Amino acid sequence: MAVEVRIPTILRTYTGGAKTVDGSGGTLAEVIDSVESGNPGIKSRLLEGEDLRRFINVYVNDEDVRFLSGLDTTVTDGDVVVVLPAVAGGQSGR
Amino acid sequence: MRYDSALDSIGNTPLVGLPRLSPSPDVRLWAKLEDRSPTGSVKDRAAVRMLVDAEKGGQLRPHCTILEPTSGNTGISLAMAAKLRGYRLVCVMPENTSIERRQLLQMWGAEIVSSPAAGGSNEAVRVAKRLAEEHPDWVMLYQYGNPANALAHYEGTGPEILADLPSVTHFVAGLGTTGTLMGVGRFFREHKPAVRVIAAEPRYGELVYGLRNLDEGFVPELYDAELIDSRFSVGPRDAVRRTRELLEAEGIFAGISTGAILHAALAQAARCVKAGEAADIVFVVADGGWKYLSTGAYEGTIDEAEQRLEGQLWA
Repeated sequence: MAVEVRIPTILRTYTGGAKTVDGSGGTLAEVIDSVESGNPGIKSRLLEGEDLRRFINVYVNDEDVRFLSGLDTTVTDGDVVVVLPAVAGGQSGR
Repeated sequence: MRYDSALDSIGNTPLVGLPRLSPSPDVRLWAKLEDRSPTGSVKDRAAVRMLVDAEKGGQLRPHCTILEPTSGNTGISLAMAAKLRGYRLVCVMPENTSIERRQLLQMWGAEIVSSPAAGGSNEAVRVAKRLAEEHPDWVMLYQYGNPANALAHYEGTGPEILADLPSVTHFVAGLGTTGTLMGVGRFFREHKPAVRVIAAEPRYGELVYGLRNLDEGFVPELYDAELIDSRFSVGPRDAVRRTRELLEAEGIFAGISTGAILHAALAQAARCVKAGEAADIVFVVADGGWKYLSTGAYEGTIDEAEQRLEGQLWA
């Protein structure tokens, strides 16, 4: 199963500069493991222990996985996983 | 409605139905028109509440200088209130914000310190915190961590919605300082816990996420994930598309962040239709479109508008 994973600028040192990489797996944790196998080192930048790092947000089809099932969130073929650093808002802080 | 002054007229904004965008008579969308505020945005509530509370608490004394990191609306609200109450205001604002916001700030007498575009509002917060250290006599109200920000919505926005629409099932707002969602969210958790609280977070171009390292990330001190149920990331394309739909279908001319909020609201509406549930979904119209005309979001094709917004703080 192919899942598109979008990598933020700051983590592209691990992907040879690639903006997106393909991942596979039935859960977000499995997708991250599959991305790690082709891009060693990136997993430890996303996770701290068993959880996502505080300043890392991950969205599956635009929904924040912290409000789904976290790393156990189900991922299916064709889904888009977006990784973004947490930043201050625009207008609402904007 | 009659008020003693413009500042007194904050709050009690209209809640209007959206008969054309609502998917069915059982699943209805409602817009809370926060653009009908003295300076034209939802930020009047938080800004004036923070200022008044700081006066009451004794931190703000006559002729004080107020300092605030803001990409626009909070600064504009503060500039108006500061002018009326005799304070000097220094705003730290990312350089990639629209010209109209700068013009409005200067019109009300605020001074602007520009922070680098790369890093967006994170960088503005950092510069403001440094300035606060250099000028210990300045008062930073700090919207990202000031409880008065959320309190304005806990005591105002939330109760207004429940009074106008007791059947409310969803509340959708933008996530920036998180003040609106934290205040309204806590109000509903306590008074009508079945209401689902949904955050729509603008997703900007890459420039805005250009941190030097991940430890520079930022989560507002006000943020409490327990008070919201879902959080959606909305890119400029969907935001612009929905902003235009709101204008075309319902005649409401809103800012681009409202398009992002509407996008999340419509997704909730679609889920309710699919599940066969009745719903009354309230979303926030954070401001009108006037300040964003120069961004090019309102002309040409969606593709063109999306391209023009790249690198801008559009919400």
